[in-house]
Amino acid sequence: MEQLERYRAIVDDFAAFRAACDRPLPSAVRVNTIKATVEQVRVALDDAGIAAEPVGWHDGLFVLPEQSAGANWPYFHGWTHGQEEVSAIPATVLDPQPGERVWDACAAPGSKTTQLAALMDDRGEVVATDNNLGRISALRTNTERLGATSVAVTHEDGRNHSLKPFGGAGYDRALVDVPCSCEGTIRKNPDALADWSLSHVEGVAGVQKGILARAVQVTEPGGTVVYSTCTFAPEENEAVLDHVLAAEDCELVDYDLPLTHRDGVTEWDGESFDPAVERAKRIYPHHNDTGGFFCAKLEVTG
Amino acid sequence: MSNDSTKFTRLPATDAERDDPERATRREVLEFWTERFGVPAETFADHTFWERGAGKIWLSRGDPPSPADIEGLGMTVLRTRQEHWKPTLEAVQRFGDDATENVLHLDRSQATTFVAGDDQELDWDGDWGYLIVTHDLAGEAEPVGVGLYVYGELRSQVPKGRRRDL
Repeated sequence: MEQLERYRAIVDDFAAFRAACDRPLPSAVRVNTIKATVEQVRVALDDAGIAAEPVGWHDGLFVLPEQSAGANWPYFHGWTHGQEEVSAIPATVLDPQPGERVWDACAAPGSKTTQLAALMDDRGEVVATDNNLGRISALRTNTERLGATSVAVTHEDGRNHSLKPFGGAGYDRALVDVPCSCEGTIRKNPDALADWSLSHVEGVAGVQKGILARAVQVTEPGGTVVYSTCTFAPEENEAVLDHVLAAEDCELVDYDLPLTHRDGVTEWDGESFDPAVERAKRIYPHHNDTGGFFCAKLEVTG
Repeated sequence: MSNDSTKFTRLPATDAERDDPERATRREVLEFWTERFGVPAETFADHTFWERGAGKIWLSRGDPPSPADIEGLGMTVLRTRQEHWKPTLEAVQRFGDDATENVLHLDRSQATTFVAGDDQELDWDGDWGYLIVTHDLAGEAEPVGVGLYVYGELRSQVPKGRRRDL
């Protein structure tokens, strides 16, 4: 975890941050409102003797301190889906409405895709894209288990996403939860940083810029794009936003997030970014006892 | 048009619009759910039906142009092009709440056996064939999957990847 030392200058109470990164996270589940209500899930978990703690900022999330997410009746019925707290942030921020067309640019394995479909009451169209056939298979399995009928799956690189199979129509909203160096998942996966290198961070940042740019291009003017990662690296976060703000017709907008967070950083490693990147939010493990996350909301202007 | 295993083709509305004689029509699919299980046709009023792969029927809330060259469209609901049409576990869990016929209710122990993928001897005085299997969850009967009832036995049709020891 020595890689995290590079963030000493931007993380307050760095010792608490490091200590939190060392603590494992319990499993958590999201209620799949396509198939069940929060109350039904609460009763079903209780009947099964499974301890479930509600999460303060989101009605449909429970932490299961003693059990894995998948070995119980509500899971089998597709009433619940294993999903960490911070992973539920971006779809909530995107706030898709029933009947809209939404693009999920890096969709597999589908936790956020199915959350989008549920937020839309399974009405409208969620186009879920991934470039890896193995992961698409997991995405399809989750879509089916959760009973989402509004999801269409495409196999392509998000940077070259084609609107052709859908008749050319643009999107009302897009979720860009990109592949990243995953530093924020260290509490769930202690090996997350095993392959960390600065060249990987820089390489993946190029892909992230391409996918976010495509999302802005295929979203209608006035539409919303949410950009998120599970990493702390400014190269993959604020620097990507800075690039896309300069290259595409969009602006960063502020939003409410009922979790303790910090603003985006405007300076890193001798570089300074568009001051608007402050409107992005950084979620650190020691503030809410969660994983680490980064999330920004953009409006398409052109 | 011949059946194409890589593209989703929208089901013709009725027999008059059918050019592949083997392809199910939307009307036939709705009739299947109504006649076999009592699930009203209105349940699917906002959905489109598609075929990809011989007899594999999908249902979607979206409405892309047909044929659609994509990897997935909504969820699989039904297998046709065989003597007895067979609903999927996913369709039954999602839409089987409205079923009134050919519904077999299990107790918790029987449901556990069913979900593990095991067959069991049971009394059932209704039709043989594919049934919607329910059990109680959170105080209500909830559809859990598809069973095949023959010769005094309920054969679990839970796909291998979905089986669980609960």
